[in-house]
Amino acid sequence: MKTDFWYRFFRNKMAVAGGGVVILLFVVSLFSPWISPYDPNAINLSEVLAQPSPDHPLGTDQLGRDVLSRIIWGAGISLKVGFVATGFSLFIGVILGALAGYYGRWVDAVIMRFVDIMLCFPSFFLILAVIAILEPSIWNIMIVIGLTGWMGITRLVRADFISLRERDFVQAARAVGAGDLRIIFRHILPNAMASVLVAATLGVAGAILTESALSFLGIGVQPPTPSWGNILTAGKNNIDIAWWLSLYPGLAILITVLGYNLLGEGIRDSLDPRLK
Amino acid sequence: MSRYVLKRLLLMVPLLVGITIVCFVVIHLAPGSPTDLQTDLNPRVSAEAKARLQSMYDLDKPIYTQYLLWVGRLATLDLGQSFSTDHRPVIDKISERIPITIIINVLSMILIILIAIPLGVLSAVRQNSLFDKVTAVIVFIGFAVPTFWLALLLMILFGVDLGWLPISGIRSLNYEYLPPVAAIVDLLKHLILPVLLSAFGGLAGLSRYMRANMLEVIRQDYITTARAKGLSERVVIYKHALRNALLPVITILGLSIPGLIGGSVIFETIFAIPGMGQLFYMSVMSRDYPVVMGILFIGAVLTLIGNLVADISYALADPRIRVS
Repeated sequence: MKTDFWYRFFRNKMAVAGGGVVILLFVVSLFSPWISPYDPNAINLSEVLAQPSPDHPLGTDQLGRDVLSRIIWGAGISLKVGFVATGFSLFIGVILGALAGYYGRWVDAVIMRFVDIMLCFPSFFLILAVIAILEPSIWNIMIVIGLTGWMGITRLVRADFISLRERDFVQAARAVGAGDLRIIFRHILPNAMASVLVAATLGVAGAILTESALSFLGIGVQPPTPSWGNILTAGKNNIDIAWWLSLYPGLAILITVLGYNLLGEGIRDSLDPRLK
Repeated sequence: MSRYVLKRLLLMVPLLVGITIVCFVVIHLAPGSPTDLQTDLNPRVSAEAKARLQSMYDLDKPIYTQYLLWVGRLATLDLGQSFSTDHRPVIDKISERIPITIIINVLSMILIILIAIPLGVLSAVRQNSLFDKVTAVIVFIGFAVPTFWLALLLMILFGVDLGWLPISGIRSLNYEYLPPVAAIVDLLKHLILPVLLSAFGGLAGLSRYMRANMLEVIRQDYITTARAKGLSERVVIYKHALRNALLPVITILGLSIPGLIGGSVIFETIFAIPGMGQLFYMSVMSRDYPVVMGILFIGAVLTLIGNLVADISYALADPRIRVS
């Protein structure tokens, strides 16, 4: 089973490419102090908005900071936001989905109506409203993105639980006296992990996109901390003179999100080739 | 049919109550009370505004009374007064800005339908052809592109470098002096980029969905029957298959409404369009809580209405839904 998965995964070139991008991003984030050519916050007023050149391959921003260095440090920020936010979504989504799917009846009805209610809110509105009250900070952003992104995971986990809960192995566990919690977490959940893993991978991509949009609007990661979104804000403010401030951070976001999406789809296809 | 509509309307009630509870919780998210800590720390909210907030939300009363009073006012569309210097009723501020947001969203919805459906159908009919593969790649990139970044690039290309399109607002400065035709052209020029971009996000999703749906339908027995009858491939695909594959699209369009409305914050801010999204952004930045809460509530209600319309149209189009 496991070897089958890896065999299929490595035959899927797009999935491998996606995985490669994701690994590369981890490496860049871990080693950013050594890789980045300049201090990302070093202001140099003699080189404000310098064109890309051998000294500054991706140019400099309105304070003369090196754009390449800021993009490299931004990788770590977006990775952190992506993973922590998705972690929150997973935590809520898995627990609520498991409860709804396992217990059914009124537990299911209440949880799923709550999902419906949350889906009525344009999630970007909800995030902005909460940030307006809590003040933007990287932690608040992670929590709020996580709190507004769990509904899809809940639905997935619930569907898996409904199809698994009457299976023989669950009946057997019940027959030998396993409690509900044990059945949920030790017997059913491991069998539902496949779709959760795929949803989580795609969720990281979504969270990174949301963070960049928030930071772009000035409500996300606050300067001077570099994030791809807030470099793009500088790009918009200097739209008629400095194209490089707009082009490169966006490319970084595009490649990152594409990487996670390809990886997620690759995992899905390799886990269950019938779904393709 | 009227029974189905009635049933759907009744199902809306608990959702509406839920929406008000979520909004209410968001207001009370601030540590202590919404007026305490945040407003003390936040010099942008004056003492006067604080007092008004306190009376508006009846913060001296127990929490369930606060909620009931607040919902009572919501029911009469009293969303309170803005904190900004004009102190205008929130409902007025929102309603004068809703039309342009709805126009842009409806236009992008039409664009999504006009482009995504043919794209999806053609990819399905010519499965695994070069066309199908190229669209798949474009769609995949479409999923990953941050649309606000695409907006910046298009602004640089068409606005700054080529100078073809204006990059902000919905009217030129000399709008009032233009003859009617030129005025409409002027408006359209301002709307092209925002509409294109807000449609872009939905395009990828719907065309993928349409393709999957079409592939599913083509495999059905009645399509084989239609072919066996000797009908031309054209009639089979575009009459028998397409009709059935189109039905679920109605639901998907309904589901895409919150995304479109949410996206209006980004596009209206980038292109300086005086709509609800821009008002929301400005209110968030100036901590104008009554306006923020009002738009949050109205955004959710618009989504709810959109889904209702989608469900009813689906029932009109497909009799099976009405009966079961």
